[in-house]
Amino acid sequence: MATYQEFIQQNEDRDGVRFSWNLWPSSRLEATRLVVPVSCLFTPLKERPDLPPVQYEPVLCSRANCKAVLNPLCQVDFRAKIWACNFCFQRNPFPPSYAGISEVNQPAELMPQFSTIEYIVQRGPPTPLIFLYVVDTCLEEEDLQALKESLQMSLSLLPPNALVGLITFGRMVQVHELSCEGIAKSYVFRGTKDLSAKQIQEMLGLTKPAASGQQGRPPAPQDAAASCRFLQPVHRVDMNLTDLLGELQRDPWPVPQGKRPLRSTGVALSVAVGLLEGTFPNTGARVMLFIGGPPTQGPGMVVGDELKTPIRSWHDIQKDNARHLKKATKYYEAMANRSAVNGHSIDIYACALDQTGLLEMKCLSNLTGGHIVMGDSFNTSLFKQTFQRVFSKDYNGDFRMAFGSVMEVKTSRELKVCGAIGPCVSLNSKGSCVSENEMGVGGTSQWKVCSLNPSTTLGMYFEVVNQHNAPVPQGGRGVIQFVTQYQHSNTQRRIRVSTIARNWADAQSQIQHIESSFDQEAAAVLMARLGVFRAESEEGPDVLRWLDRQLIRLCQKFGQFNKDDPTSFKLSESLSLYPQFMFHLRRSPFLQVFNNSPDESSYYRHHFVRQDLTQSLIMVQPILYSYSFYGPPEPVLLDSSSILPDRILLMDTFFQLVIYHGETIAQWRKAGYQEMAEYENFKQLLQAPLDDAQEILQTRFPMPRYVDTEHGGSQARFLLSKVNPSQTHNNLYAWGQETGAPILTDDVSLQVFMDHLKKLAVSSSA
Amino acid sequence: MNVNQPTPMASPYGQPQPGYGQPGYAPLDGGYPAPYAPYNGPASAYQPGAPPQGPARGPPVSGAPPVSAPQPYNQYSHSRGDMQNGPPLMTQAPPRPAVPQSYNQGAVNLSGGHPSYSQHYGPPPSMQQVTNQMTGMQITSGPPTPAGPGYGTTAYSAAPPPSYTQAPPPASSAPTQPPPPSGPAASQQYYGGPPPPSQQPFNSSLPPTSQQQFTSSAPPPPASQQTFPPASHQAPAPPVSQPQQPFPPAQPPFSSAPPPVSQPAFVSGPPPPAQGSFPPRAPPPSSQPGSFPPPTSISSGQYPGPMPPHQQPPPSQPPPYLSGPPPSGVQMPPTSMAQSNHLPPGPQGPPGPPGPLQQPQSQPGMQGGYPPQQNGAFGQVRGPQPGYAGPYPGQPNYGAPAPAPAPAPPAQKRLDPDAIPSPIQVIEDDKAKSNEPFTTGVRGQAPPLVTTNFQVKDQGNASPRFIRCTAYNMPCTADMAKQSQVPLAAVIKPLATLPPDESPPYLVDHGESGPIRCNRCKAYMCPYMQFIEGGRRFQCGFCSCVTEVPPHYFQHLDHTGKRVDCYDRPELSLGSYEFLATVDYCKNNKLPQPPAFIFLIDVSYNAVKSGMVNIVCQELKTLLDYLPRENPEMDSVVRVGFVTYNKVLHFYNVKSSLAQPQMLVVSDVSDMFVPLLDGFLVNVNESRLVIESLLDQIPEMFADTRETETVFGPVIQAGLEALKAADCAGKLFVFHTSLPIAEAPGKLKNREDKKLIGTDKEKSLFQPQVGFYNTLAKECVAQGCCVDLFLFPNQYVDVATLGVVPVSTGGSVYKYTYFQAQADKERFLNDLRRDVQKLVGFDAVMRVRTSTGIRATDFFGSFFMSNTTDVELAGLDCDKAITVEFKHDDKLSEETGALMQCAVLYTSCSGQRRLRVHNMAVNCCSQLADLYRNCETDTIINFFSKYAFRGVLSNPTKAVRDTLVNQCAQILACYRKNCASPSSAGQLILPECMKLLPVYLNCVLKSDVLLPGADVSLDDRAYLRQLISCMDVSESHVFFYPRLLPLTKLESGSLPMAVRDSEERLSKGGVYLLETGLHLFLWVGANVQQELLLNIFGTPSFSQIEPSMTNLPVLDNPFSQRLREIIDSFRAQRSRYMKLMVVKQEDRTELIFRHFLVEDKSASGGASYVDFLCHMHKEIRQLLS
Repeated sequence: MATYQEFIQQNEDRDGVRFSWNLWPSSRLEATRLVVPVSCLFTPLKERPDLPPVQYEPVLCSRANCKAVLNPLCQVDFRAKIWACNFCFQRNPFPPSYAGISEVNQPAELMPQFSTIEYIVQRGPPTPLIFLYVVDTCLEEEDLQALKESLQMSLSLLPPNALVGLITFGRMVQVHELSCEGIAKSYVFRGTKDLSAKQIQEMLGLTKPAASGQQGRPPAPQDAAASCRFLQPVHRVDMNLTDLLGELQRDPWPVPQGKRPLRSTGVALSVAVGLLEGTFPNTGARVMLFIGGPPTQGPGMVVGDELKTPIRSWHDIQKDNARHLKKATKYYEAMANRSAVNGHSIDIYACALDQTGLLEMKCLSNLTGGHIVMGDSFNTSLFKQTFQRVFSKDYNGDFRMAFGSVMEVKTSRELKVCGAIGPCVSLNSKGSCVSENEMGVGGTSQWKVCSLNPSTTLGMYFEVVNQHNAPVPQGGRGVIQFVTQYQHSNTQRRIRVSTIARNWADAQSQIQHIESSFDQEAAAVLMARLGVFRAESEEGPDVLRWLDRQLIRLCQKFGQFNKDDPTSFKLSESLSLYPQFMFHLRRSPFLQVFNNSPDESSYYRHHFVRQDLTQSLIMVQPILYSYSFYGPPEPVLLDSSSILPDRILLMDTFFQLVIYHGETIAQWRKAGYQEMAEYENFKQLLQAPLDDAQEILQTRFPMPRYVDTEHGGSQARFLLSKVNPSQTHNNLYAWGQETGAPILTDDVSLQVFMDHLKKLAVSSSA
Repeated sequence: MNVNQPTPMASPYGQPQPGYGQPGYAPLDGGYPAPYAPYNGPASAYQPGAPPQGPARGPPVSGAPPVSAPQPYNQYSHSRGDMQNGPPLMTQAPPRPAVPQSYNQGAVNLSGGHPSYSQHYGPPPSMQQVTNQMTGMQITSGPPTPAGPGYGTTAYSAAPPPSYTQAPPPASSAPTQPPPPSGPAASQQYYGGPPPPSQQPFNSSLPPTSQQQFTSSAPPPPASQQTFPPASHQAPAPPVSQPQQPFPPAQPPFSSAPPPVSQPAFVSGPPPPAQGSFPPRAPPPSSQPGSFPPPTSISSGQYPGPMPPHQQPPPSQPPPYLSGPPPSGVQMPPTSMAQSNHLPPGPQGPPGPPGPLQQPQSQPGMQGGYPPQQNGAFGQVRGPQPGYAGPYPGQPNYGAPAPAPAPAPPAQKRLDPDAIPSPIQVIEDDKAKSNEPFTTGVRGQAPPLVTTNFQVKDQGNASPRFIRCTAYNMPCTADMAKQSQVPLAAVIKPLATLPPDESPPYLVDHGESGPIRCNRCKAYMCPYMQFIEGGRRFQCGFCSCVTEVPPHYFQHLDHTGKRVDCYDRPELSLGSYEFLATVDYCKNNKLPQPPAFIFLIDVSYNAVKSGMVNIVCQELKTLLDYLPRENPEMDSVVRVGFVTYNKVLHFYNVKSSLAQPQMLVVSDVSDMFVPLLDGFLVNVNESRLVIESLLDQIPEMFADTRETETVFGPVIQAGLEALKAADCAGKLFVFHTSLPIAEAPGKLKNREDKKLIGTDKEKSLFQPQVGFYNTLAKECVAQGCCVDLFLFPNQYVDVATLGVVPVSTGGSVYKYTYFQAQADKERFLNDLRRDVQKLVGFDAVMRVRTSTGIRATDFFGSFFMSNTTDVELAGLDCDKAITVEFKHDDKLSEETGALMQCAVLYTSCSGQRRLRVHNMAVNCCSQLADLYRNCETDTIINFFSKYAFRGVLSNPTKAVRDTLVNQCAQILACYRKNCASPSSAGQLILPECMKLLPVYLNCVLKSDVLLPGADVSLDDRAYLRQLISCMDVSESHVFFYPRLLPLTKLESGSLPMAVRDSEERLSKGGVYLLETGLHLFLWVGANVQQELLLNIFGTPSFSQIEPSMTNLPVLDNPFSQRLREIIDSFRAQRSRYMKLMVVKQEDRTELIFRHFLVEDKSASGGASYVDFLCHMHKEIRQLLS
């Protein structure tokens, strides 16, 4: 048997799943005592180049409330052509098309290596992808120009049959009609008025008089025709739209001194959502919102147009001094839910130096699976490349995006699902496998994920419901099946089924096994997600306290120590990194709002709850590479002690990519040694981190902020704020000067943190 | 009466005089019997001009007593004499109308009018009698006939004056007897040759005529039917057999009235004396001979008929005709005449002398006569008796047709139309008198009629083109005003276009501190400000407050107390001028932006199908080059914007940098807004290509539209919002087709319900059906957003509601029912062109300040008022008039008169903020007679119509009509009671200046608004109602009394003389042109000469005339050319293009045409002129009794 490490890796590669525990405690009581819940990070569309989809319908359990998909764990009677559902134990006959199966002739879904399998199914006519651009025109001239170019460029990236639409807004909202010849026509909405979907559709002329319905004519063609005016196949309106974008002007309404431009973001979104709702409900569609500032009027307004009133800060929010916060949040939430119901996702591309109201609008993307991209300007490569990457393609030449998916979870009887944390909304599907105990978005066994990409990862939380006195049969396995239906970017409907099984273990007798099955990385991320999820609704300190308590409890449970003797405290290898993760998590922007604007916090959290484990871990604990003449690049501790004069550091925090030149290196560079032939090696040294960074940049979405700085540079703060402040102005002299750079902070260092942890863990009074 | 005297002379303008307020006057009022009062008044009034007679007045006092009947003569003699009631009138009247003079003569002596009197004498009496009879009914007719010939002669003499009256009679009577025959022939003759020569003779008579007319009319018929007369007045007779007359009752009054008295004045003369006199007057010879015959024909002819009867009758049948007559044939007549002048005095030939005294200048003999009637002042000016001449000529026309048509039988029962006052005659008289430019410097002087072409010289009062008053002599006290019931009002057309030979108001710049104003009442510097203390201060003419003269404005005074630079400064020497306003006069203390024009075009199915959209778009391409500008050299600074709409609105971005226009659709009509700013309002030259491209594409884009519903409220809101966004004033041109039933603010429902007509709920049909538009209008006004509405309805669109905004914002409503591109394009385009091009001011506020004693209390027109003094006009164009009513709040003084200053603050079309100031001073009188002598009936009618048309909003139309009739009766009764010389109650005596009041009033009463026919839609009525509210006097005049021209002969340079609006005047063999200001008809008689047809239509056959043509074929013959010239000139005169309708006699369309023959009984039940006059007489009698 391979190590757990290998097992975990293998499972992740095959099924896109990482469990916190790879052995499950067999009773509810034991499970709770483990502190970290049985849970997993599940990446529904994990890229599987080696997994060709099968072209037939999955076989479902015939029990109405089960409908589990036939999988390798099912018991099959090849003779009787019967299979037993491993969730409800219903015995089901195979469909006629399976008549030929036998032990040697098994369909793919019965083979163990196909615990994850993808079906291509026929469900109605294929609908083209829809991209609706919602563009803010209250931008600086260069910004707008850059944005226009990006948009024009994007047209060439879209599949020719995709439908595109354009809505622009500033003080007013304009829905551009794309089909007309001659005069460019657009429908205009006032930016201050909250309109119902019905009103919007009426105003756009999308509703048909009742008469046509009576004649029994299929309404579809008419609707399509009507919607055509606003959403047109790219290949037909390519030129038209390019011109239209080219002629796009800045919002012409004068902005008096001391005022912000009036931005009707709320109404624009409402119109966009209403338009899609009326024309293409339950179809994959992407609303792409580009904003250069906060909504300043109408519903969803985040800040007034007076420049003298600054946009809300965390301070204001804590003081309950953010006037528009609740109202706006409520507005966008309602919109996000509407959009999610129809399977449309909303992306936000916010580029501005100040906040743009992401805090209020985040749910638009969070609930619908859309992207949030934050930048300083549309005229930066950060935005341009990020935007381009939205349309990146996979090895098959298909977009790395999927739409309108519904993910369903089925569990074997001993388990129930508590909830999910990720870019999803509940479909409120109650079933026997739904726990009453909610964690994340719970109370359902089905979630809608309007937009998915291969890295989209949800945290799924489960509960062991097996009673303590009803032990599971030895060797029994708990099974979880994820059924994800989605619209592939090539418009096919597909269903991916992952069936995962883990062994049960008796926590009392097999605690060692359980402990060794602990996946501390997954656990850290899963706990972090819970913490972030809580942080959305609770006060920051409460969340930290909760996290601390969980950590202490875990340490108490699995640590080896003598009571009240901190020095005796030890953790096994499978848990050794966990406290460190927690330390960095506590310092991370996901839980600390200090030094972050509400928008930034929202942005970070948004990405944190959807990235896969690797990326998430990077976010929690940035990685730091050191480059020197002393050897190949090496990862070093994220610690101030790693900051040395003769090193170049490359730090990846997911959101930032920082190249830091130590003091000496910086001086050399300044002196221009790299230009001299005799210092070719120095040149290479300088180049090495750049190349590595480039590699990271290639795959990262969104593009990280790329920072090239040096000792003493102002941007070095990005690095200094992340490293463990092992040396500060408080303990500087105690540690001597040769090692690292002191950090001017009052934050506790990891050392102090660990000391406290040990103390508390071993305390008998805790 | 005594009082008057004192008053008299105070120098009106002179320096401020403490005296004004003085009690002296007050007493007057009380003291004077109405009758006397008038005299004095006039005297004084005039006197200002002619101080000399001060003394005369003194005597007047004595005059008062004279009341007695006989007095008339005396009066005459005194004309001014306070004493004589009658006379005084005369005197006053004299100035203008020659007519009165004749009467005066008798009395005249004193007064200038005298000369005329002499002449008149003769006639007057007869007239009066006649009239009386008339009223009585045609009573006389019977007798007349016999007398016919004989009378005729007499008539002549008398005739002139009476001529009218007489004439009619003849007509009526004619039939029965000889007269008729002669009548026709004679009449013609008159017309033809006689006129000129005869005129003079007539003149004398003429004056009377006018007055007489009334009487005359009465007489004729009566004459024939003596019976009636009797009934009426003198019952004696036998009354009449003619019970027939429906009017009997009414008639009686008339008859009574008729008593020749009133008319008699004119006629009266004629009778016996007339003869004598006639010969003499009528330039004796010529006229006489001719006259006889002529008279017959015309007046004479008629006269003869009637007259004779009268005269003769008097003796024999005096009773019948004129109750009056019997008493003193002569006198009676005079009285009647008295009305105007009272000339009845005919007998008083002697007066003649006096006449001269008074008005020497003006008239030789005859004129003298006129002058008296007019006001002294005017008289002089116009002196010329042309008036007389005029009348005659006019008569001829009448005579000719009239006589002929008048069927004998009817005649008997009816008043002779020719005998009643003829508008044509009055118009022609006035034309003839107004040869010289009208100078505005003399206070209290009534200007020529609106129908007259005249030049104006501004000498300190506003030109009548800007301001016309109902009365140029205001009663000094509220009591008098109340007693007379004459409305005191002014019709102000602040931006009126002046003819090329008159210079527009000068622009005065008083520098940074703005126009100099009175500290207290804020009146602007004007000729009425009196500089004192060597020029360091000035005293306000309105409130008497003394204000420092700012140093930069200081100027020394000359020895008369005038500033040395008086004539260098328009504001010190002219009645009208403009100030450049400073930033203090601007909204938000910000200089205004240039205005904008926004075109909002309905593109619903109906609009597209009717061709309207296409036409508008095509036209705009060229029209945009003609946006208003002040300097023709420069491009207009007016910016333009375009919107189309049906159920939703489409805005267009036509920014010059665009290759193609952009359309922005706003479907959120419930909460309108402007979707764009930049690129919506553009400069035409900069964006020409884009605009043209847009205008080309609009018709295409909507060619296949199937949208039939429209909105309206949001359309105006859109324009309003656009102007708000651009922060400028402007004008919206809305082209709309249908009732806005789409779901939106201002949505309307069809509420046309003919059942409500005539009920108390009728008024609701004139009120807007929702309050939305009132609120909207208010917002529009606040922004300076004027709305012009072009309607193209195929069915009910609720003009009453849709028109609210245009009417409140100073805009116009144009309506093209059943618009068809082919037939109506030209009218629409011409209206549109004119509407777009005309000079217009924006964001205007008008304030009328008056001197102490009177106050502007009520305003009529297209505007909005948020308080009681400021008239707010979002837009004010050169065609809009505002009628202002004044009321007393204190006593006025004869010395200072009454001053008014109308100041209009507006933004010119070039975006300059300006103040236009019009000043007007009128006299004040303590004698009612002065009031009656200086009225302007056309203006009164303008006021009455506006008053009544507003009244229908809150009262049942019947009540409104009754109110009008009552007020009119009271005016006339008051005159009769206080100013006319005593006479039989049966006589109808009308003041010279108001002798047309009944006929015009009848036209108002018969208008579609007040008395709709079955085929008149609710929309039409609402449309007319709104239209009238902003009409000026000349438009309302022709609207109520259309101009009807016979086209048999056309001369270049002059128009043929109009004929009266009656079917009787139409000859089957003729072609007539009728113009109302809104419609233009060419009526072709069934027996028209081929040559005429060839000349006009190029076809010899009546049946080949295409009735659908809207323009005459262009033929190369002088007649056709001239006719088209005339038509073009008519069109050019009016603010709206008149589509030509060719009406063939006995064609179906003739019904429409007949509707405009306002002297006839109308299909909707409106009374004929004659009937109405009878009715009016009855009312008056009731009041008097």
